[in-house]
Amino acid sequence: MQLSKEEIEILKIIEENHKLPIESIALMAMCSEDAVSAAIQKLEQAKIIMSYPTLIDWSKVEGQEGVIAMIDVKVTPKRGVGFNEVAERISRFPEVSSLYLMSGAYDLSITIEGKTMNQIAQFVSEKLSTIENVVSTTTHFMLKKYKHDGVNFNSGNEDKDRRMVVSP
Amino acid sequence: MKHGYEHYLSQTAKELQPSGIRKFFDLAASMDDVISLGVGEPDFVTPWSIREATILSLEQGFTSYTANAGLLELREEITYYLKNRFGVQYNPSNQITVTIGASQAIDLAFRAILNQGDEVLIVEPAFVSYAPLVAIAGGTPVAVSTSPANGFNVTPEQIEAAITEKTKAILLCSPNNPTGSMLTKNELIEIAAVIKKHDLLVVSDEIYAELSYDEDFCSVAAIDGMYERTILINGFSKGFAMTGWRLGFLAAPTEFVEVMLKIYQYTTMCAPNMLQRGAIEALRNTYPEVESMRNSYRRRRNYVVQTLNQMGLDCHVPGGAFYVFPSIRATGLSSEQFAEELLMKEKVAVVPGHVFGESGEGYIRCSYATSMAQLQEALKRMQRFIESKGVLAEHQSEKVKTH
Repeated sequence: MQLSKEEIEILKIIEENHKLPIESIALMAMCSEDAVSAAIQKLEQAKIIMSYPTLIDWSKVEGQEGVIAMIDVKVTPKRGVGFNEVAERISRFPEVSSLYLMSGAYDLSITIEGKTMNQIAQFVSEKLSTIENVVSTTTHFMLKKYKHDGVNFNSGNEDKDRRMVVSP
Repeated sequence: MKHGYEHYLSQTAKELQPSGIRKFFDLAASMDDVISLGVGEPDFVTPWSIREATILSLEQGFTSYTANAGLLELREEITYYLKNRFGVQYNPSNQITVTIGASQAIDLAFRAILNQGDEVLIVEPAFVSYAPLVAIAGGTPVAVSTSPANGFNVTPEQIEAAITEKTKAILLCSPNNPTGSMLTKNELIEIAAVIKKHDLLVVSDEIYAELSYDEDFCSVAAIDGMYERTILINGFSKGFAMTGWRLGFLAAPTEFVEVMLKIYQYTTMCAPNMLQRGAIEALRNTYPEVESMRNSYRRRRNYVVQTLNQMGLDCHVPGGAFYVFPSIRATGLSSEQFAEELLMKEKVAVVPGHVFGESGEGYIRCSYATSMAQLQEALKRMQRFIESKGVLAEHQSEKVKTH
């Protein structure tokens, strides 16, 4: 889809901070508030803006730490539909937070979020590996999140403004 | 001591005024939780690859002196940079010198060209160091005041009117600190005609060249007939977010560079080796980061300028750097009173305009090199402050909404 310069500008601004009020976005992008609202509506409808997620570091919240696993899955592709059918089936499970078709040693890369290790083990053994066409699974538990979606999870220091209050 | 210390001190040094910024810094630094719009440096940390290249150079043991003029490899990169970005061609072996920040390059330029009593035109409002550096070098700074009527840009007529028999050079800074104003190519051509007519030199501080938002930056050295009379000064501080590194450079005809290099070798020797290696990485590989920082500043500039105008503080649209310079005359306060009261009542630090020269009185410098969240909060507080001064009656309907 071809977008105007203003629309791309608006996307970049809300990609950085989607909580900015429309008035501020309009001032930053140098267009009217109506134009910003219309552009955002259009971009949402076109599914260019997919959602407005909030990135939360659950590991810092007691009792909510959870467990994340990345699973490499080998699949026998099905005639006519390739990997799509099995990928769509897997993506319907609410435990699956992301799913990609990969090149290389395995076919699908799945991220699972669960409350306990046991819950993930159960998902793999009972739901995932029993799907027809799934040949094998390799589960990697995530031990610590350092960076996610471009955001550093541990970087308290770099975000700190170390500049003097007034400088030339 | 027989005569007291006064007797021993240099007359020139004694007569120097302490920077007004320093005084204001001391006041602001004594308070907690201040939101600062008083900062003349990027809010970004130096791009990681530059820091990484510097760490690697230390690991590899690059801890010795370099050539006085800097590593040849860096001077070559600077040459490509000046040629590719601004269309000016220099010889890396004898026309470029890497300095300790652009500030030192300006100091070297004045020391190299000025004799006692030579006058240097300084376009005001101006960066706080220019006039004192002229004085330290034995020259006489002559202010050429600009006004918002002309976007704080100097006109050829103003320059012509300020020239005397003693005028040796003019200092140009575009985009400008503190006004953010920028000279277009056509304006530079007109100014160049006056400079050539009176056979003057130009010390061109181009430190904000990477931060020009609406049109391409034009170096005065690229204007016909100006190359041979320009000492071009630039550096890594602003565009590459490397203020604390103190790395700048100068480029000029060989005859000037040779003299500046003599002073440099006796005073400084060279810029730190490992930092110069980081600078090579900056010029080679960080252009996407520089562009992304520039875009971020441009968006914040749009926001700040329009918000200040809606608030009733007249503010021209600066073409570059990361400062706005709104008028605070409507409040009836002097710029120092305004900045002090704003700091005390609302804990927002801005720099009073008069520290940049007389023509800065009636204005304040606000830097938008800070996060949107901070800017929103700072502007909200500023609005509350000027409302308390009864300025805003006619602007109430357009009241700025912030979080």
